Amino acid sequence: MIDILSKRYLYFAFSLLVILPGLIILGARGLPLSIDFTGGSLLEVKFEGGTALANAELHQLYENAGIDDAQVQTTDSGTLQIRSSFLSNETRDTILNEMRTQSGGEVSVIRFDSVGPSIGAAVASRAALAVGVAALAVVIYITFAFRKVPNAFRYGACAIIAMVHDVAVVFSVAVFGAMFFDWQIDSLFLTALLTVIGFSVQDKVVVFDRIRENSNVLRRLEYETLVNHSIVQTLQRSINTQLMTVEFLLLALALFGGITLREFAVILLVGLFSGTYSSIFIAAPILVLWEKREWKNWFRRGATA
Amino acid sequence: MIRNLYTRLVLIVIVAALAIWVDVSDEIQLYNPFNDTVLFSRDITPRLGLDLQGGLQVLLEADLPEGTEVQAENMQTARDIVENRTNALGVTENVIQLAGERRIVGEFPGAEDADAILDIIQQTGLLEFVDTGDFRPEEGTVLQTDFATGSTEETTPPTDANGTEPPTVYHTIMTGKELRSVNVGVDPQGKPAIDFALSSEGATVFAQHTAANIGKILAITLDKRVVSAPGIEGAIPDGQGQISGSFTAESANTLAVQLRYGSLPIPLKVVETRIIGPTLGEDSLQKSLMAGLIGMIIVILFMGIYYRLPGVVAAIAILFYAAIAFAIFKYFHFTLTLPGIAGFLLSTGAALDANILIFERLKEELRNGRNLVQAVDQGWTRAWSSIRDSNLATIITSLILYWFGSTFGATIVKGFSLTLALGVIISLFTAIYVTRTLLTIVLRNFKPRNLQSWFGI
Repeated sequence: MIDILSKRYLYFAFSLLVILPGLIILGARGLPLSIDFTGGSLLEVKFEGGTALANAELHQLYENAGIDDAQVQTTDSGTLQIRSSFLSNETRDTILNEMRTQSGGEVSVIRFDSVGPSIGAAVASRAALAVGVAALAVVIYITFAFRKVPNAFRYGACAIIAMVHDVAVVFSVAVFGAMFFDWQIDSLFLTALLTVIGFSVQDKVVVFDRIRENSNVLRRLEYETLVNHSIVQTLQRSINTQLMTVEFLLLALALFGGITLREFAVILLVGLFSGTYSSIFIAAPILVLWEKREWKNWFRRGATA
Repeated sequence: MIRNLYTRLVLIVIVAALAIWVDVSDEIQLYNPFNDTVLFSRDITPRLGLDLQGGLQVLLEADLPEGTEVQAENMQTARDIVENRTNALGVTENVIQLAGERRIVGEFPGAEDADAILDIIQQTGLLEFVDTGDFRPEEGTVLQTDFATGSTEETTPPTDANGTEPPTVYHTIMTGKELRSVNVGVDPQGKPAIDFALSSEGATVFAQHTAANIGKILAITLDKRVVSAPGIEGAIPDGQGQISGSFTAESANTLAVQLRYGSLPIPLKVVETRIIGPTLGEDSLQKSLMAGLIGMIIVILFMGIYYRLPGVVAAIAILFYAAIAFAIFKYFHFTLTLPGIAGFLLSTGAALDANILIFERLKEELRNGRNLVQAVDQGWTRAWSSIRDSNLATIITSLILYWFGSTFGATIVKGFSLTLALGVIISLFTAIYVTRTLLTIVLRNFKPRNLQSWFGI
């Protein structure tokens, strides 16, 4: 049988390697929050017929309407996205009319989002609350589901640690996405994040369930061997469910699913992969580490993990 | 559960047939076979979300100072009024919902002229009964009142002929919230007038005020603009009153409608607007359906190649699952959104996971030397606890997501969590019930010799 657990510190190091750069950049640059959380407006337009306005002209147009923080971006599909602070519907109409006059053609609105600042702040705080409540509910649920196993709380706690790992991976991806592809943290990102949390826990439960079952049958085995055994037994399922099926579906969504869903699909893709990875390489090893209380050896001179 | 396998099979076939019926039709009707009358009919055209067909979404918030308590029933009334108003525009399939304690979310799929809708919503009137003392304002004068400052009409300049806006802030006796009924009637001179009845609370306030202010003016304003300014001729103790003025039958009727539907109990302001152009929506719909189809085909191929016989059975069960889920979404008028489709695909993942868990277990039992019947039995029994516990975790998170989505009118999040949760529940049913029944029946009628090639051990 493959020995997975003995190299556990290697996995921890690997995860840190993936997570840390993202988190450092995150700390330095901050999160690129979308108007869903900060409030503001996003106007996506397409010039048809007339001449498309240059960025400077658009800036001027916004400034004339009393908005001096407009940012213009050209999308892959040839439309223009203009982000700015909150636009009332009247201001928007003024700006659109002005665009039409200046370009001499039709200007069609592809998308217009306008979020008042108070709503944005409320959404952000409620989102944090939702994640917190979800995490808490999960610990309670797992502790309850594993109540007949010794140290049931550990399973819940390990699931949460692994979940935090997955969340960190997702943020790491988002930060790089923001750097290179101008991704923004919006409510769709939040949905993806919460899904990752849900599926991460689902995956932990499958592995833990096998440990639960084996600890009744194979009572004599040492804990580490038992956990290793359980991981190997569920390995095929993990690979098939995650890599083959879920990732197939998401990959199809990312590749063919249209621009609106791409960011969402990629985040789910990475997040769900991380969810499976962390069940095997983070959550289970920590269970063993906890059982053996290995932290006592960490700072001892010459100790090997 | 039903013991007899074939009864189960019949049941599964019936459910599948029903689901497919719902899936392919736009309207279902049941006829009475004896006289051809329609017994039951339901329109089940799929509801597409704004992101798929384009449209307008607005989030309205009670325009009261932060911290003011907003009564739930008032918000409910405001919602109804907004709905009445916007339905009058002839836009179909509007959805107006309460979102949290002080917000209302309105969705207008396919709305072309967003401005017309926004105008209607914002103009929706706030009716006030204002004490102006001896001053008799002309119709159309804008009055400053002491109720809920910061109302939508505040910035509009006065439109009365002489341009003399009274600077005084007048006291609002009560608002349109207290109106119980409004009807067009005739005044003693036989001219059109408006009869109204007040709620008991309103009647008390009204009785006290009229008794104490006989001979004074009581102006009636809609969005701070005077509609009528009758003098109080006598105490009105029973909450039944009449507004008379220079009405024609038509203008009396218009005002009655405004009073009935326009008496917003709470001023509202637009805090969020989202417009999705129709082209973006259509593009997304086409692409994501295509993506879903491709994903499904790959997954079904994989299941067949890797798990062989059970895999093929599971693939059938998955198609069955998709048919049921889609039928349920259609029948109960769930709005299909882009994230909703994603949630659906993910729940397909959960359905697959359940099957894979079982099949892996089944193979394990076969390797351990059990015979086929035992292995199938054990596969399901042993895998059940992990399927149950793991899917419950997903359901818990989708419930929390749903709650989050509905407080903020974030229909995207709501659609996603709803399809995910429902999908997971249906997938549990298909994995446990359908796959098993089908597989058992296949194995009864067909005894595979070579387990290796049929089960891919």
